[in-house]
Amino acid sequence: MPDTAIDLQNTVGAQPKMSIRDVHVRYGETHAVKGINLDLYQDNVTALIGPSGCGKSTLLRCLNRMNDTIVDCSVEGSILLDGEDIYAKEIDVVQLRARVGMVFQKPNPFPKSVYDNVAYGPRIHGLATDRDALDEIVEASLEKAGLWHEVKDRLDHLGTTLSGGQQQRLCIARAIAVNPEVILMDEPCSSLDPIATARVEALIDELSGHYAIVIVTHSMQQAARVSQKTVFFHLGEMIEYGDTTQIFTAPRQERTRDYITGRFG
Amino acid sequence: MSDDRANNLDVLSRRVNWKSTQMRARVRRRYWADRLFRLSGFSAVVIAGLFLLFLLGNIIQNGISGFMQTSIEIDIAFDPTLLPDPTLPPDQFSAALARADMQRLLRQALMAEFPNVSGRRDIIQLTRMLSSGARAQLRQVILKDPSVIGTTKRVRILASDEVDQVMKGNIDVGVSEENRKLQDKELAWLGRFQQEDRVSLSFHSRFITGGDSREPELVGVRGAITGSALTLLVTLLTAFPVGLAAAIYLEEFAPRNRFTDIIEVNINNLAAVPSIVFGLLGLAFFLGFMGMARSAPLVGGLTLALLTLPTIIISARAAIAAVPGSIRDAARGLGASPMQVAFHHVVPLAMPGIMTGTIIGMARALGESAPLLMIGMVAFIVDVPGGVNDPATVLPVQIYLWADSPERAFIEKTSAAIMVLLFFLISMNGLAIWLRQRFERKW
Repeated sequence: MPDTAIDLQNTVGAQPKMSIRDVHVRYGETHAVKGINLDLYQDNVTALIGPSGCGKSTLLRCLNRMNDTIVDCSVEGSILLDGEDIYAKEIDVVQLRARVGMVFQKPNPFPKSVYDNVAYGPRIHGLATDRDALDEIVEASLEKAGLWHEVKDRLDHLGTTLSGGQQQRLCIARAIAVNPEVILMDEPCSSLDPIATARVEALIDELSGHYAIVIVTHSMQQAARVSQKTVFFHLGEMIEYGDTTQIFTAPRQERTRDYITGRFG
Repeated sequence: MSDDRANNLDVLSRRVNWKSTQMRARVRRRYWADRLFRLSGFSAVVIAGLFLLFLLGNIIQNGISGFMQTSIEIDIAFDPTLLPDPTLPPDQFSAALARADMQRLLRQALMAEFPNVSGRRDIIQLTRMLSSGARAQLRQVILKDPSVIGTTKRVRILASDEVDQVMKGNIDVGVSEENRKLQDKELAWLGRFQQEDRVSLSFHSRFITGGDSREPELVGVRGAITGSALTLLVTLLTAFPVGLAAAIYLEEFAPRNRFTDIIEVNINNLAAVPSIVFGLLGLAFFLGFMGMARSAPLVGGLTLALLTLPTIIISARAAIAAVPGSIRDAARGLGASPMQVAFHHVVPLAMPGIMTGTIIGMARALGESAPLLMIGMVAFIVDVPGGVNDPATVLPVQIYLWADSPERAFIEKTSAAIMVLLFFLISMNGLAIWLRQRFERKW
């Protein structure tokens, strides 16, 4: 595999869950992502950091093909999930998104009940054979998202009536209800207060290991707190990739150092 | 270069004197402009309100008496020699009754009331004080209770439209005799009935329950209401699914290209096409090409569906576009297919807006007359239509027909029919507003 450019320290021997190979993304004339090579591992939380417009969210949205619906967006290169190219013709994008779940910047629960929010994914993918099995999935997902005890008495309330932090954890419960292998998080705490943020971060910590998690964040403290691997992007290019502790304590690139010390960005 | 920049920054360090006369004048001017705008806005609302008030007041003033009708109580001797035998079996009895000479029964009763009226012309004039519907009224009385045959009974008989207009004060009896419909002797006869307190003006249910007629005292809006309802039903059943499907496709699935741009421009144009053009299209296509029944609610409804489709598509598209993208993202991110995204999330959330648009489109269709004239729904139809293929007319066309009739009494009938139409329009628009407020979602 032509992955010599990638820093593989501490992960040698493990099979990457997802591999990004020489990916370029263009929006019309704009070249948003320029030739990225990156491996994402099953038991890691990988943080993507960088200043606004550096292409980190764009790259994230390529991982479950959420960019498909954007008319003039084109993706080159290949992205492999367990060695299979997710942009190949025979890949069903609906199944791909069940395998690679996503949590968005702004909590976006459906204006349905808490129960239906979580049950929606299992329902459309036929993961539960009867009502009891569905109840079980809903409870397990909410439990795993640390929300069960807060909402078990109001499963029939609208998901939109929960507080912001609860809504975001509901969205995480909704994502894990379909048993994904990878969870993509696009600045999941940017609209939450510090307390809600802390809870979501604790939740990410708990989920790591079960799922390969990729998180885009503007907060370097958050990247330092929740991730094991950190990638620094600048102007569509990957500047540095490494263990989070190494990136934040001994960055090899000058631009990385400038960014994490707050000199630009 | 750097000197220039320094000068520019000086501009900002100058102190503004907020209390100077120019500043005070500025503030005064601003207040004045503000007051002027508010005043003109308020007067615009007042003027619009006054016009509406005038329109409504005029219609109600003219129309309220259209729901009332004058009746005269007359002692009818149910002469057994003129009427069938009440012991006949019911079907034979009613058949014989239909042939019986009711006019003679009435004439005899009136001649008994006024023994000194003689001469053919006078007697005809006397019977003309009663409505031509009087015969049917008498037949109803007998059919309801055959035992009246052989007795004399006081029956409330509808007066003619001219007597009715005099009673309502719409005809000035002060003008000279040759310039009015009712002659002095007729007024004298009427005066005698009034003296005996046998003339009454009361609510006339036939106006709600009856069909059209040539006689203003016998007309009813039931036929037109039924025609309108059947027509709107056809319109709704065709325009709503087609419009909704088109809106969902255009908004959620169609690629954005030149072709869909052309479609969009066309839809917006169609919404502004004069309705008569849709009538001509309906005439050419449904009647000419498809050979469907003319004057029928089916064709009327299909024609109005063409007319309301653009309205429904435009409002449904707006409602669908107003559903935030984050909901679509959420569903898509869970692996919902485009159709699941549309039908599980977007359309249910857009439904209140879609329904509001549809009801407003329907209200427009209800008030439309021009296209229906083209497909023959302007015919004089007495029967209440029983199905979508029966000849029918609709409320606005009925209003047009009555407004076109020469009799004085049709003025109030026209206004009364307008009141009925307005009632339905206000109800529909009220429903639309209620739906909007009840289900309006805030994200």
